[in-house]
Amino acid sequence: MIKKEMIAMLLAGGQGSRLGVLTAKVAKPAVTFGGKYRIIDFPLSNCINSGVDTVGVLTQYQPLRLNTHIGIGIPWDLDRNIGGVSILPPYEKSSDTEWYTGTANAIYQNLTYMEMFHPEYVLILGGDHIYKMDYEVMLDFHKASGAAVSIAVMPVPWEEASRFGVVVADDHNQITEFQEKPKEPKSNLASMGIYIFTWSVLRDALIANANVPGCDFGKHVIPYCFNRGEKMVAYEYNGYWKDVGTLSSYWEANMELIDIIPEFNLYEEFWKIYTASEIIPPQYIAPEAKIERSIIGDGTEVFGEVESSVIGAGVTIGKGAVVKDSIIMKGTTIGENAVIDRAIIAENVEVGAGVQMGVGEEVPNKFKPGVYAGGLVTIGEYSTIPANVKIGKNTAISGKTSEADYPGGILESGESIIKDGDEA
Amino acid sequence: MRAVGIILAGGNNQKMKELSNRRAIAAMPMAGSFRSIDFALSNMTNSGIQKVAVLTQYNSRSLNEHLSSSKWWDFGRKQGGLFVFTPTITVGNNFWYRGTADSIAQNIDFFKRCHEPYVVIASGDGIYKLDYNKVLEYHIEKKADITVVCADVPDGDDISRFGVVKINEDGRIENFEEKPMATSENAVSTGIYVIRRRQLIEMIEKAASEDRFDFVNDILVRYKNAKRIYAYKMDSYWANISTVDAYYKTNMDFLKPDVRDYFFRQYPDVYSKIEDMPPAKYNPGADVRNSLVSAGCIINGKVENSILFKKVFVGKNCVIKNAIILNDVYIGDNTRIENCIVESHDTIRANSTHIGEGGIKIVVETNERYVM
Repeated sequence: MIKKEMIAMLLAGGQGSRLGVLTAKVAKPAVTFGGKYRIIDFPLSNCINSGVDTVGVLTQYQPLRLNTHIGIGIPWDLDRNIGGVSILPPYEKSSDTEWYTGTANAIYQNLTYMEMFHPEYVLILGGDHIYKMDYEVMLDFHKASGAAVSIAVMPVPWEEASRFGVVVADDHNQITEFQEKPKEPKSNLASMGIYIFTWSVLRDALIANANVPGCDFGKHVIPYCFNRGEKMVAYEYNGYWKDVGTLSSYWEANMELIDIIPEFNLYEEFWKIYTASEIIPPQYIAPEAKIERSIIGDGTEVFGEVESSVIGAGVTIGKGAVVKDSIIMKGTTIGENAVIDRAIIAENVEVGAGVQMGVGEEVPNKFKPGVYAGGLVTIGEYSTIPANVKIGKNTAISGKTSEADYPGGILESGESIIKDGDEA
Repeated sequence: MRAVGIILAGGNNQKMKELSNRRAIAAMPMAGSFRSIDFALSNMTNSGIQKVAVLTQYNSRSLNEHLSSSKWWDFGRKQGGLFVFTPTITVGNNFWYRGTADSIAQNIDFFKRCHEPYVVIASGDGIYKLDYNKVLEYHIEKKADITVVCADVPDGDDISRFGVVKINEDGRIENFEEKPMATSENAVSTGIYVIRRRQLIEMIEKAASEDRFDFVNDILVRYKNAKRIYAYKMDSYWANISTVDAYYKTNMDFLKPDVRDYFFRQYPDVYSKIEDMPPAKYNPGADVRNSLVSAGCIINGKVENSILFKKVFVGKNCVIKNAIILNDVYIGDNTRIENCIVESHDTIRANSTHIGEGGIKIVVETNERYVM
């Protein structure tokens, strides 16, 4: 008989629309991070480092990059005879076929997958945070407290607590109340969206809520369990945990890695983060290059200047180019003498020679002011930027652009160029 | 491809000096992120060879570690696999491998049980890309008994460390000179051979029965008139790293754009064991010029015309020039290293100076890294 004490279900189907053009063609968990990784590498590495060797990855939005990245799980040692990683997309049924309509609905549609492993516990994870966490310690806590549900929580500054779903717990960590984005929070413990359920409790709750439209953990399943009087406890986590759900927070989290001793240290031997990297060769730094306060990925060739930036693998930075305070992802080419200031440039972008990014005054973005903010220039993957154009702040570009797209050779601050088929 | 691969990785020689104290030459770190044997292994997998035997005996721990999984070169298949054979004591044999031919002879059962009609033999110390299918096609076209891949000696390299061949107009090898002091020829054997498997078994068993153990002297040279031995001329990049100077020069070749482009960016790729190092990090004070830097490095000082292998730490105010720093080396602050090869896992104390004068200096330190 196949049996796993705890299996993990990783929710990776979301678009992450607040990352704008970065997620126009890939799901958020597949967005690259830190010059080498993809966001999903963090929960996947946490799983294997915690001894959780059975992981179902629920995909829906633009899954191609995720599928090819995960493959059969070799980089995370998740290629197993029993268990390992399984990609779980929505599927057609003889009746009532539907997409994954909510987080809990996605898990519900995969009850059969979970039942195969006869688990005692099920770990529910998201694919959009940067952190290192030992889920085994959380499981020990869950068992010791005799709870039906454990929710990982993190203390946040009191003044920010009203932005989160907060959990109110007593002296024994037992949860007494939930508050969703409360005006007057009674607690500063924010839910991290990481749950351990005792399997029978999860199963019953999912079946009982099967017909709830858009069934969601936070909105439906957790309240359901709470109202039925199941014992729920808060597991306090105090390590590094970074949400990368917005362009600004994504940019900040990357920039934190270049501190001399970063709070989130990738250089420790303990608790390694694994990833699938097809680019192995070393990077080449040319005689005329200059690099300071940056991290740079494998196989990249630098002929220009790089300062305070995170550069991915297989990137080329041309002669005379200056890259500052920016994130450049895998396979992108920066033309000669280009000046890149505060930009996020996705994978396989061609930036022409002499392009200037991040010029002018800061003006709110006209297309999506809530997304393209912080003065950043955001370029989606496989975009082309013609030579010698100027690009202002709070701008977004996606797709192959030509000089005709830049009246007077400039994209003013606050403007966007989103080519057909790149609706973000 | 209808061939089984053999990589002769047993060797060690005096010319590698202290560098081969710790490992077989085939396990020498190369070009920042690779090991020497990765090139032969990648050529084999890229040629469609599925079954590879690595024959090794000298200090093979490092090599065994590197070959701990066949995944990285995609050899883990139901048909085939990666097999590492070290000498073992058996009822009929209690010798180490007494030579290259003997290493094959001692594992002859494995080769008898193979079903592939051909064998590709390569050494673990060659740096090149080659589609062995092309050699095999040539071998069949010439109706050769053995095909030897030959190359012109790289400029400035010492021809007396190679086997020199004299080739006639048809491509047949008329004469061998093993490690001559002076010669009129400049084509040398790269140590890569294609041969029919049954032919190999026959020759190896005959040599073994006569107590002959060396593939070159006891098979190639002896059979040169009796069998059709042909030369396949390879004109792309090829280097052999088995002396300190050649090792240094071959690594430094990777600072040239055409060499890098050929090995790193053109199809097919060279594969290696993945070590999951984070990207390299440049702190304030870092000043890196014309250098290769590998994953996991942290740089606080000056690096010029050098190659930093994986996970090298360069302290503040250091000057590293014309140097090769092998993996996992910690270099303390204010250190000066010039014209050196620094052995892997070393810890160089702060304020020290190592300068190779009149040649490349090999730095081997055994300092404790962390002083409690």
